[in-house]
Amino acid sequence: MSNLLDRTRRHFFSDCAMGVGSLALANILAGNEARANTSTKPALRSHFAPKAKNVIYMFMAGGPSQFELFSDKPKLRELNGQVAPDSFFPKEKNFAFIGKGAKLLGSNRRFQHHGESGLHLSELLPHLGDITDDVCMLNGVVTDVFNHGPAKLFMNTGFQVPGRPSLGSWVTYGLGSESENLPGFVVLQSGPRGPRGGNALWSSGFLPSSHQGVPFRGTGDPILNLTSPEGFDRERERGFYDLVGDLNRQRYDITRDPEIKTRIAASEMAYRMQSSAPELMDISSEPKHILDMYGAEPGANSYANNCLLARRMVERGVRFVQLYHTDWDHHGNKGDNLGEPLEQRCREVDAASAALVKDLKQRGLLEDTIVIWGGEFGRTPMGEVREDYPGRDHHIDAFSLWIAGGGFKPGYQHGETDDLGFSVTSGKVHVHDLHATLLHQLGFDHEKLTYRFQGRDFRLTDVHGHVVEEILA
Amino acid sequence: MRYFCFSLALLLVGSLSAPRLKAEERVEYNRDIRPILSDNCFQCHGPDEESRAVDMRLDLRESAIANIGDLAPIKPGDAEHSSVLLRVTESDPDLRMPPAETKKQLTPEEIELLRKWIDQGAEYQEHWAFLPIRDDEPPIVEHPGVDHPIDRFIVRKLEQQGLSPAPAAEPETVIRRLYLDLIGLLPEPERVDAFLSAWEENREKVIDELVDELLASKHYGERWGRHWLDQARYADSHGYTIDSARNMWPYRDWVINALNDDMPFDQFTIEQLAGDLLPEPTKSQQVATGFHRNTLINQEGGTDDEQFRNEEVVDRVNTTGAVWLGLTVACAQCHTHKFDPITHREYFQLFDFFNHTADVNNDGPTVKVSAGEMLLDDVDPERLEEIALAERQLEELNQSQASRQIKWEQSLLESSASQPVTEWTPIEPTDAQGLSETKFTTLDDGSQLIETQTARDVYTLTYAAPTAPIAALRLRVLPHESLPQQGPGLASNGNFVLTSIEFLQNGKPMGVTLAQADHSQPDYPISDAVNGKPDSGWAINIGNGSAPGAKMNAAHEAHFTLEEPLLPANGPVTIIMRHELNDTYNIGRFAFDVSPTAPAPLSDESLLQLVRTPADKRSDEQKKQLATKFADHDVELAEARRKLAGLKRDLGLGKEVNAMVMQEIAQPRETYIHIRGDFTRKDKKTGLLFSDTPAVFPPLEKTGERANRLDLARWLVSDDNPLTARVTVNRIWMRYFGEGLVKTENDFGTQGSYPTHPELLDWLAHYFMESGWSMKKLHKLIVTSETYLQSSWNQEELEAVDPLNQLLGRQNRIRLDAEILRDVSLSASGLLNSEIGGPSVHPPQPEGVYSFTQSKKDWTADTDGDRYRRGMYTFFYRSAPYPFLTTFNMPDMQSVCTRRVRSNTPLQSLTMANDASIFELAQGLALRVLSEVKGEDDSARRERVVRLYRLCYARPPSADEVERVLAFEARQRELFTAEPEAAKAVINEQLAEITSTENAAAWTAVARAIMNTDEFLTRE
Repeated sequence: MSNLLDRTRRHFFSDCAMGVGSLALANILAGNEARANTSTKPALRSHFAPKAKNVIYMFMAGGPSQFELFSDKPKLRELNGQVAPDSFFPKEKNFAFIGKGAKLLGSNRRFQHHGESGLHLSELLPHLGDITDDVCMLNGVVTDVFNHGPAKLFMNTGFQVPGRPSLGSWVTYGLGSESENLPGFVVLQSGPRGPRGGNALWSSGFLPSSHQGVPFRGTGDPILNLTSPEGFDRERERGFYDLVGDLNRQRYDITRDPEIKTRIAASEMAYRMQSSAPELMDISSEPKHILDMYGAEPGANSYANNCLLARRMVERGVRFVQLYHTDWDHHGNKGDNLGEPLEQRCREVDAASAALVKDLKQRGLLEDTIVIWGGEFGRTPMGEVREDYPGRDHHIDAFSLWIAGGGFKPGYQHGETDDLGFSVTSGKVHVHDLHATLLHQLGFDHEKLTYRFQGRDFRLTDVHGHVVEEILA
Repeated sequence: MRYFCFSLALLLVGSLSAPRLKAEERVEYNRDIRPILSDNCFQCHGPDEESRAVDMRLDLRESAIANIGDLAPIKPGDAEHSSVLLRVTESDPDLRMPPAETKKQLTPEEIELLRKWIDQGAEYQEHWAFLPIRDDEPPIVEHPGVDHPIDRFIVRKLEQQGLSPAPAAEPETVIRRLYLDLIGLLPEPERVDAFLSAWEENREKVIDELVDELLASKHYGERWGRHWLDQARYADSHGYTIDSARNMWPYRDWVINALNDDMPFDQFTIEQLAGDLLPEPTKSQQVATGFHRNTLINQEGGTDDEQFRNEEVVDRVNTTGAVWLGLTVACAQCHTHKFDPITHREYFQLFDFFNHTADVNNDGPTVKVSAGEMLLDDVDPERLEEIALAERQLEELNQSQASRQIKWEQSLLESSASQPVTEWTPIEPTDAQGLSETKFTTLDDGSQLIETQTARDVYTLTYAAPTAPIAALRLRVLPHESLPQQGPGLASNGNFVLTSIEFLQNGKPMGVTLAQADHSQPDYPISDAVNGKPDSGWAINIGNGSAPGAKMNAAHEAHFTLEEPLLPANGPVTIIMRHELNDTYNIGRFAFDVSPTAPAPLSDESLLQLVRTPADKRSDEQKKQLATKFADHDVELAEARRKLAGLKRDLGLGKEVNAMVMQEIAQPRETYIHIRGDFTRKDKKTGLLFSDTPAVFPPLEKTGERANRLDLARWLVSDDNPLTARVTVNRIWMRYFGEGLVKTENDFGTQGSYPTHPELLDWLAHYFMESGWSMKKLHKLIVTSETYLQSSWNQEELEAVDPLNQLLGRQNRIRLDAEILRDVSLSASGLLNSEIGGPSVHPPQPEGVYSFTQSKKDWTADTDGDRYRRGMYTFFYRSAPYPFLTTFNMPDMQSVCTRRVRSNTPLQSLTMANDASIFELAQGLALRVLSEVKGEDDSARRERVVRLYRLCYARPPSADEVERVLAFEARQRELFTAEPEAAKAVINEQLAEITSTENAAAWTAVARAIMNTDEFLTRE
């Protein structure tokens, strides 16, 4: 028996290096009361000491334009209206909508240097200017795919076809959850519609489904089926869970199936979640100056509220929070262009994103929380002509994204693009590299955080990815 | 925690089947050594040339024993002089194997095994799963009375470890287990009673009979069809971001029907992979090819269709590999497989089989299928032939539409020259009836005005016997100021849809040979009023294709020429007008006229002008106008449709949809290796590839010049294919025991686990093929074994030796699948609608499901019987699946799923406790026990608990359980009595009628609790 245990332990640590696994194993073999999956205590076996333990990922769905926000290109302005060089359209390259003959589009937004790092930001993001000394700006991000759905999947799972685990699932799989009362991976949504790609974006793929992202709704029940049927108050529910628990324990005494113990624990957590989740979602207890800083309003379903909720979740032990804010796809139609619609998006997110970073910092949470802000790709230096509004197509060869906290180098810019912002000239960061670096900060070697499925050890970064040391503090 | 067990199981397999070896014990390559080499060495010293570090392979003996310099990697019989052993034990980290950067290291135990194996001669074995299937006699065992072949294999292994099987399960457990495993429903207590009394007499016989009964049930096809649909990645939507609905259910129904018919698995395989390539394929064989039409379609704007077509082909290759071969061929999409003998080139030879279908990221080829059609059983083949004939005729008419239109145009031109005038005489009905309160008024001109209408009205008009023969009738629809927009229809815009008009004399329906109208709405031609279909008809709105100047709110007329004239001698005439499409789309004012002669074609100057315009000079709009006119006159087509609709109606068939099927294109596409799996980088150097199967397997037999899908399908189920039967029986076994005999049911390659009972696996695979690939025979064999029928409770002595129950010294408890959880709730409550097949349904789902999707889906909960259909019929949107199902681990249907994970989470507890669709079943269960056991005294309450237990668990409660439940019920009743408002909120109308409010509420609470216990959710 001790042999078996030894062998298995060794296997776990050499093959999976998963603390979660070892905990489960100990439970099974020792017959301890098993815990519900979502509350695995961090009996962690990280590959090295983690710099960060939480992630808040502000996903700007649709692909914000780096040229209007982060990347000032005087040359592009100078050549505004000229036909883009043929070299922008090599044979193997595809854009979603534009083709040869597309004209360059200079941005009419004013840019200004901010903070000690001298970060260049446009007038559309005044509040981000206040926190530039905490921000690590990546200007040379590249991805592989140019359609929204597949590109979002790629950014989230490292793969453009649905079916693989998402970043958040890998992280909770690796680190477990610190919350007894809440899921480890929560997804929030604001904007007029959900992100393209749907639940595949926060799927746990072939990882156990307890690691999949749990969508929390801003209004009504935050979690589906959280509320008891009408007529069942707290006292009646206590009686209900007591009866179910007692009957389950009687069954356990006969069958000795450890799965029943897990179910008892899961029921108890369900009961606790019925009060902890509404408490979490109720931001009316926050002081006015905090609400004002985010621009949050109790009862609203907004990005600002979601930013504040993200902080409250991290405080309560949620490992990975992902906020989707949609409608950044500014092609140049009446409703989606780089004029008023872009300005409106920026008004919705600017103050709240900056407030989140400030708030985390003042509470000492920024050190071990990685905050990411970015979309699934950027936009082309060429304009798109649709209805006489300024717009740009999807661009995958160079775009920007920022990170704060979690041991990333603060007040730092990484990566440069050519004068027209078409390609990266230095400091290229591929999506796989970004994933590798994020896992690294969370204490995992991306080559060793694997899961065996259909005979193969799968990882988030597939067979790619390098840790970008330059952007780490 | 279940999933941890799963991953652990993979790791523990080796340890159990290879207990620590004593010095003299023989090391076996397949069992002991291959896993070590495969995990640690093959990545660089294996099949993949590109990643091979030096020119040395450890997967082939001749390479491994060849000297490199002074030393051979492996020197048989001499471990001390084998470089492999020296390198893995090397103390210098720079020289030690595997290299440090792989982060792998052999354990001392593994090194010891390697040493012994080399010393014993380093005998290699071909990978077990690629060897021919063996047919060993089941072993003789010491335990008395063990004679079922499965039991002999299982007990033998237990005996070797000094163990015994668990006691047989209680009869209540057995019947519930068999019901759940074979049909996925609960047994009614009365059925349990009959089983128990027969059990006393002859256990073997009663089990045997029950199994036969369940395998003959139509629900068997649903239960086992659902397992198959996971592998087919079946869903009701296209996937990706737009994710609009598709009609895949005909394929689902085909699967259910094939299983119920016990279609042999080889045929089942061939029809799904290549039914379209069989000689003169039947419709059902074409629908079967829906298997590979379950791939995703990306409808997003700006999408490169060729890219997603390639994704579909890749998915078809990978799915075929996973389902039939149990192999991870997907690895070879980007490079030669690191562990298994499948090269990059061979992958694209497999790719070539699937590279020539007509669909390109779109619906592609389809066939028309009616609801119920794939489930037809015991139908006179002649009637099917009649339908097929009618379908062909209709198809021919559709094909000849253009030429028939030209003929019609010519006849118009000819007859326009000399036009006789038709004499119309008005007639007035002697009686006019609507559906219920409809009020008819006869106006001064003899026309009928509807003053009070009924939804979807049917007018029945009676006329006196004609005074002279009538060859044709004219319907005039007329405006009136009392009608919306002046009519002539009663819809808010003045439109109507006349879905059917029928003429009868003396009860005998009269055929219509010609119908024409002065004006019809595009796509609502007059001929649709005589085609027998309730979902089409004549309407008069203006749309794209209407003649210039046409008006809706004006008088219009339609003419009907009869096959035989109405004769004075035959008595009164009845005219029936139906409006079945929309509630208010009834005709508001109308009149009929008759004529002794067939009417002249409606002279329409604008039409004639159109006809005179040469075909190549007509604008698109003119073409559409002309086509609309022709459709009006196309009675031949309408008649063909009417005939087909009638034939289908007679067989009880319903809604017709287009089912996506596979079809080859005439000119095959070119297949090249995609460099690193990228479809834009074709490896022209290697050149064109042609379909073939990997060299490691027995060769493929081609029937034509180029091997096609049909050849591949036949190869998969050929007698000498070593994998298909093993993989299939292993998966079936897995459904019954929670685990396969090969734990890695999706990897029979060298990285997979070694079978716990290799001889049994082969024996079953052999039996399966010998039985003519009968799945039902295999099921019966397994579920009548004592191994299956034993208790699932943990056995103390077993736990110590075999904590993960690999030796099957007991059954396993298995949490029910998502759909089955809904099914058992439905069957306990008595609300189940056990209808089979048809379009997918919409039970209630919680608010907010679509707050995270790009587009909102139309989800209106069914209020009819479809609300209580089995879980497997729930409409499945890939981007936002029905939450109940996914919470309980239904796969996302994005790609093949050969095995579901089973998690155990708080969200599941919340769902089972609070989901509205389940709560209404708890109310149903409460209503059922309250009506089946009446009375409120103590003994009635006790009896009710017993009933509840028997409905849900098939067993009676223990005394403790009765006390505990009754204490809860009493307390709940007390609380509800104190708060009558809460009690009212808990119950529904029916519950309110049967007993007091607080009583009904308390029993609803009890029913809800029982449905939330582990035992309810579990197959014991």
